[in-house]
Amino acid sequence: MSDNATTGTLRVKTGLAEMLKGGVIMDVVTAEQARIAEDAGAVAVMSLERVPADIRAAGGVARMADPTIVDQIVGAVSIPVMAKCRIGHFVEAQILQSLGVDYIDESEVLTPADEEHHVNKWNFTVPFVCGARNLGEALRRIGEGAAMIRTKGEPGTGNVVEAVRHMRTMLEEIAWVAGVREEQLFTVAKDLQAPYDLVKWVHDSGTLPVVNFSAGGIATPADAALMMQLGCDGVFVGSGIFKSGDPIKRAKAIVEATTHFEDADIIARVSRDLGEAMVGINISDIPDAERMQERGW
Amino acid sequence: MRVGVLALQGAFREHILAFEALGASVRAVRLPAQLDDVDGLVIPGGESTAIAKLMRTYGFYEAVRARHTDGMAVWGTCAGAILIASDIVDASSDQEPLGLMHSVVRRNAYGRQVDSFEADLDVAHLGEPFRGVFIRAPLIESVSEDAEVLARHGGLIVAAREGDLLATTFHPELTGDPRVHRYFLDRVVGAR
Repeated sequence: MSDNATTGTLRVKTGLAEMLKGGVIMDVVTAEQARIAEDAGAVAVMSLERVPADIRAAGGVARMADPTIVDQIVGAVSIPVMAKCRIGHFVEAQILQSLGVDYIDESEVLTPADEEHHVNKWNFTVPFVCGARNLGEALRRIGEGAAMIRTKGEPGTGNVVEAVRHMRTMLEEIAWVAGVREEQLFTVAKDLQAPYDLVKWVHDSGTLPVVNFSAGGIATPADAALMMQLGCDGVFVGSGIFKSGDPIKRAKAIVEATTHFEDADIIARVSRDLGEAMVGINISDIPDAERMQERGW
Repeated sequence: MRVGVLALQGAFREHILAFEALGASVRAVRLPAQLDDVDGLVIPGGESTAIAKLMRTYGFYEAVRARHTDGMAVWGTCAGAILIASDIVDASSDQEPLGLMHSVVRRNAYGRQVDSFEADLDVAHLGEPFRGVFIRAPLIESVSEDAEVLARHGGLIVAAREGDLLATTFHPELTGDPRVHRYFLDRVVGAR
């Protein structure tokens, strides 16, 4: 590269997220699953040790994936590879940057390593995506350097209700901030516990400053199209694909439904004969302490 | 004059907004029939493998080739520059180029996301330098004698035009600078 080039700028970090829009990012735990995801039309894969449904079932501490597995996944596909680190675990993030992953997800799906602080994401060349349930949480993460947001949902449940709740909350709060008078923004920033400059940005533009995907509980093509119609930029599917009866067919169907999210004829066609969806969990059956969405500060 | 932006996946909204800001008539294209009355088509940045699969599933290969033969201009940015090429180096197994432009393009030529970069470019016909945003960018390894190389970075081709075809490996739609969009409207679509 010539001297006339700058890496790691906010624009190249947020720019990759812009390129993923309208697409599906799929959780994978092996190189073989990564190849299946790429063949199905995923725009990126998310490397992790176990999918959320298995983390939920196994209990214990969930950590970053083994670097050997991450290497195998990076080597197996030509699409971007994301990988999860624990909240606040900046050394896992350093390792993932060193392995050459294209995006780091500082994720509540893994067991948090710090119950007060998130990773200072400005220190990295690689971009980060973080989960959020509302506007204040999203702006705190962006203030820490996140270049992409995903609403959290409740991972590993196959139940879209929390994803819907968080996306509606986010969009309602954005509309509210856009509508208040400028002198109210100081109090809005205090109430949202978010940086004033970012609150002002949302007020002036009526949108988040970064791409916002939906995640956590998406299991069917209709779920994906629902989130797209509600206003997200793309979807993450975690356990929903490889915990289903026919992962290849379901993955392709979710990709098509995400592109053609307003075309019910296409969504109906791709929804046929997909085999068993993952077994869902009712959110009320999950003890409060096991709700992953509560993690993050 | 109307331009379409292929809206299967990727940064199509930014292209639509850029053309609207120039007062152009623009449409999101999700199905091949929506190509029938556009004079120019943008294939945007995104994941070229994902866009190619969706193009095949919905019959876009035949439709784009036929409309180009009829005179539709085409501009490919990043993934789009890969897809309009005649040859893709390091193509994924079933990734077929449209074969519109006589060019050889290498995917992910600069490395991974940590190698993505911004740089000022001297682009022919634009005057002042243009801020090039390169995201997991491809590289145009060669073009035909009929093509005009519009910009290089580090000596390597990052923008080229061949008749009614335009390829840029960087992302003008992310900069807010309308000059490449204006060039496509006035000099490529408008010159047919």
